[in-house]
Amino acid sequence: MTATSQPSGTSRLTEEQLLLRDAVRVLADERIAPRAAEIDRSGEFPDDVRELLAAHDILALPFPAEHGGLGADLLTVCLAIEQISRACATSGLILAVHELASLAIVLAGTADQQARWLPDLAAGRKLIAFALTEAEAGSDAAAIRTRATQDGENYILNGSKRFISHGSVANLVTVFAVTDPEADRHRRMSCFIVELPTDGFRVARIEHKMGIRGSPTAELEFTDVRVPAANRIGDEGDGFELAMRTFERSRPGIAAQAVGIAQGALEVAARYATERRQFGRPIADFQLVAGMLADMDAATESARQLLYTACTEIEAGAPDAGRWSALCKLVAGDAAMRVTTDAVQVLGGYGYIDEFPVERMMRDAKITQLYEGTQQIQRLVVARSLLGRD
Amino acid sequence: MLRIVVLIKPVPDPASAAERLTPDWRLDRTAAPPVINGNDEYVLEAALKLINAHGGEITTLTMAGHGATDVTRKALAMGATRGVIVTDDALAGSDVVSTARVLAAALRELEFDLVFAGIDTSDGVGGVVHAAVATLLGLPYCSFAARIEPDLEARTVLVRRISPVGYDVLAAPMPALVAGTQALGEPRYPSLKGIMAARSKEVVTRSLADLGLADGSVGGSVATTRVIDARQPPARAATRVVRGAPDEAAREVVDFLAERRLI
Repeated sequence: MTATSQPSGTSRLTEEQLLLRDAVRVLADERIAPRAAEIDRSGEFPDDVRELLAAHDILALPFPAEHGGLGADLLTVCLAIEQISRACATSGLILAVHELASLAIVLAGTADQQARWLPDLAAGRKLIAFALTEAEAGSDAAAIRTRATQDGENYILNGSKRFISHGSVANLVTVFAVTDPEADRHRRMSCFIVELPTDGFRVARIEHKMGIRGSPTAELEFTDVRVPAANRIGDEGDGFELAMRTFERSRPGIAAQAVGIAQGALEVAARYATERRQFGRPIADFQLVAGMLADMDAATESARQLLYTACTEIEAGAPDAGRWSALCKLVAGDAAMRVTTDAVQVLGGYGYIDEFPVERMMRDAKITQLYEGTQQIQRLVVARSLLGRD
Repeated sequence: MLRIVVLIKPVPDPASAAERLTPDWRLDRTAAPPVINGNDEYVLEAALKLINAHGGEITTLTMAGHGATDVTRKALAMGATRGVIVTDDALAGSDVVSTARVLAAALRELEFDLVFAGIDTSDGVGGVVHAAVATLLGLPYCSFAARIEPDLEARTVLVRRISPVGYDVLAAPMPALVAGTQALGEPRYPSLKGIMAARSKEVVTRSLADLGLADGSVGGSVATTRVIDARQPPARAATRVVRGAPDEAAREVVDFLAERRLI
């Protein structure tokens, strides 16, 4: 039977990882896939999907067991993101952003801070956003200008953040702000958890995007927002390094989203090729089409295997974790864009209309080459590691 | 505290490709990953709801070679307390008589108030093993259950049994065996927490020797039935789908039936 009816890459997964992956897959197929087109069409955040993920403990995956999480390793979290994204990229992003934005607390929060925030996040009762990027500071993250000035027991935050996923639906925001403008580039900023609602915080706009249209991408404005010093994660000046450590573990999540999107598109294209008949036979009989599908499978599978290996290496504390992280995101993002574009091609005219999901998948795929570090930034990270310059 | 044993069987996934047969007309159980027999999932769900309400434990019981561990793990992930697997090379190719004897022997080792079974399996579709087990153990037997209501104090169970004209209500003393249907309600997805908790739950394996049945009285070698042929059902004639406005569609259907002198 077709390889696409069963997930692949099983030989290195533990029995528990297989069970978890399959449980998420069934849920995604039965409850999320039917919603995907509507989510894209309406552009509305699918709170029902969030609730579904929370109810099935999927949002609990990245959190330590002592705070109500499942203490899952990075690979397991990525398996879940991959399976959800195969059905719906917006929905897969819910788990990916949840993991990304919580990492600062998980990696560097005090016991007290973890106890304060992690239980609600693990239960999926609260959502969290990651606010680093600004209008003038994307790839050049160190150039952010949002300012946090100390005022007794508090900090006063002023500035604005752009392109913040979940920015309009989050209850907590992990905000990076400059605490010492005179310091070295990589010691200027600190990390804060802002609890919402709070005075001075405003969602200034929500973007209309090419893809992942159900995921709200917001511009956030901070005007004299008061944040207790107890909400600062780590010491002053730790912010940049904390962001980089975060990316090490969150980039594989985006790679997983990309692999999922690619797999979903591949399956649609393969099925279509066996059903669509031209010149008296299924188009899968034509080598030009079969060859494309084979290349799509090669791209998807190699991205998948690199992702799984990267997760294992990063979890094991590899000294070049940054390189693994960048590699898997680089390869997977490009694979997703290529595979979805080819999927539209295989479907021909039907690939261009929304009667079939591949045009949505192609629009969804593009973001995986852009966020969480552009493909160009990923290449810089890899090159630095390769050339011994990091 | 309610103690329920649920009989579960691994079967080929009905949603996957067509069943594959071995050269001697037996089911190739390795051809696709096994799933819990559909009706067994429904009775397991009923059991889970009951122990949620009354407190108690669920033990799953499976006689199978390939797939026994997979379905037991899934049942544990859904919330069953422990699993028992009876497996033995001699059991391959067993008929319903052997299966019933083996399950009955395994049940004799367990303490229970209720035994639940799916009304039939999607691979064998025999629908007799549960009745045979009840007979061998002298248990009251309630079939086609759509609702199951135990009363621990009175030591009775009320079962709503589907009938051609509606339903009957049976009352039986416990312990009793109940065979259930999809009318019991949709089975839950195992939660991820359930999946991880399942790791540390007890699974016991019993061989025929453990059950005192290694005397050749059960198993494939003494099967009373044998498959001698199997064929694919004939291909369906092409169907015609009638679409369009109700008036037109109705006219088309009437013409179709009239052409064939059916009306």
